[in-house]
Amino acid sequence: MTKGLWLVVRRVLFYALVVFVVVYSVFPFYWAVISSFKPSDALFSSNPSFVPIPFTLSQYENVFSGAAFGRNLVNSLIVAGFATLISLVLGVLSAYALGRLRFPPRNAVLYIVLAMTMFPQVSVLSGMFVLLRQLDLFNTYGGLIFSYLLFTLPFTIWVLTGYFRGLPRELEEAAYVDGATPMQTLIRVMLPLTGPGLVTTGLLAFIQAWNEYLFALTFTIGNQAKTVPVAIASFGGATPFEIPWGSIMAASVIVTVPLVIMVLVFQQRIVAGLTAGAVKG
Amino acid sequence: MLSVRQTRLAWLLVLPTLLVVALVAGYPLAQVFYYSFFKADIAFVEQPEFVGFENYLFLLRDPDFRQAFWNTLQFTFWSVGLETILGLAIALIVHSNFKGRGLVRTAILIPWAIPTVVSAKMWQWMLNDIYGVVNVIGTKLGILSTKVAFLANPNLVLPAIIAVDVWKATPFMALLLLAGLQLIPSDIYEAADIDGASKWQQFWTLTLPLLTPALVVALIFRTLDALRVFDVIFVMTGVNTATKSLAVYNRQTLIDFQDLGYGSAVSVAILVIIMVFVVLYMRFVGGVGRND
Repeated sequence: MTKGLWLVVRRVLFYALVVFVVVYSVFPFYWAVISSFKPSDALFSSNPSFVPIPFTLSQYENVFSGAAFGRNLVNSLIVAGFATLISLVLGVLSAYALGRLRFPPRNAVLYIVLAMTMFPQVSVLSGMFVLLRQLDLFNTYGGLIFSYLLFTLPFTIWVLTGYFRGLPRELEEAAYVDGATPMQTLIRVMLPLTGPGLVTTGLLAFIQAWNEYLFALTFTIGNQAKTVPVAIASFGGATPFEIPWGSIMAASVIVTVPLVIMVLVFQQRIVAGLTAGAVKG
Repeated sequence: MLSVRQTRLAWLLVLPTLLVVALVAGYPLAQVFYYSFFKADIAFVEQPEFVGFENYLFLLRDPDFRQAFWNTLQFTFWSVGLETILGLAIALIVHSNFKGRGLVRTAILIPWAIPTVVSAKMWQWMLNDIYGVVNVIGTKLGILSTKVAFLANPNLVLPAIIAVDVWKATPFMALLLLAGLQLIPSDIYEAADIDGASKWQQFWTLTLPLLTPALVVALIFRTLDALRVFDVIFVMTGVNTATKSLAVYNRQTLIDFQDLGYGSAVSVAILVIIMVFVVLYMRFVGGVGRND
């Protein structure tokens, strides 16, 4: 009897813990969403409601009417998109060579790639600044895309090399027996098999570039090439006392919802990709 | 014959990457080392002047650098420590069998999916001294006697930022540790059950030792991330002396003070500090490997 009671208590405590973990994880984002749908007087209340009543879309209208937020979104899409695309193309070629072909300095190259993933971005800030000025790429899409390769490229190579290594040898050998060249083998046989890996890797690289702040903050002026993280961080009112929290939350939700949806849709693969990138070290 | 052709093709495939790496990492890094021996401003208003080790000598007695280093160490110690403990707890919860397990796994992915800048802004709003929901809930439940200005109080601001980082990064830790837990074969627990070992004993004698490799990898990743922290601190408190990290101070010297020479020396110092941590960890990992 007491043993049964103890089991019930343990079960209840366990589920209380589970509920706590879920609330802790989800509540801050829920609060941002709620805040973005409240009119300013409901937002700045000492007794705020925990549901979006009264409801308004005016914060979202402010975001797009006020600053150049639409432009910032397009900038982010272009910069993160091209950085990802270039990294995937270069990454597939290198990863195939590193994971599949006879390549004597393979370990040296892999060490360089690994070192770059651990590299503090801030350590090349001054050098990159000077270089972008020299190349006339300061405050341009090209400059940001170029500097983002510093972290997207080593990441894609590292993860994709893992994928290529995991593929069965027989397929490749069969292609060679049929007289295919290594390049044909890569394009016709290996690449289709790495499809899911490419999607996951591309997604993770895109998220990294989409979220990047330090380079975007330092290498852009004005709204010409400014990306959304910089825009959100610098959203200000007329004075420090008038921070437009409603609009900031609306902008935050706009930037985050696509990411959250993508992550939830691809969650199995993302978890696999993340752990592959980290654990296979 | 095939292998020679393979090697040639491999070189050809790797070549574009090597060129890009040389350009985006090699060349800027060389510039950083070069200018760290010069007195130079970032707009090149004046001709750079060679000063030898002067920047490095200044760095050794620069109180701002020391403060930033100390802030970074505190941030790293507390955030990585808490993330490891919480991450392990969450990984163990998700690993056990119960209804709604998938829901928990999905929920913990949300903080991970949110951009750091957005998470910093969200928490800045939640920690607002008057209208912030943390103050509202805290005073209602009686946990806080009065409303607290978390980000203006010099004693609370770093802990507050650490709490934000813990919220954001714990899921990553939990996912890595969960992957480690799933690699442990379940039959050893059955054997331990038969031998009459309690769950508590099983955790300390089986789970933890077998999880050590995954734990060490996760620790390395998070420590290196924490040592170079910039986004969360800069967005929440800017260049505030009580919180600025090495990376924040580095950007301040380069961009706000326009000091290319000294800023480059700070960059080199950060690189060296991170390398020291990598080497220490690698030796530790080597030690773990030898014990097996």
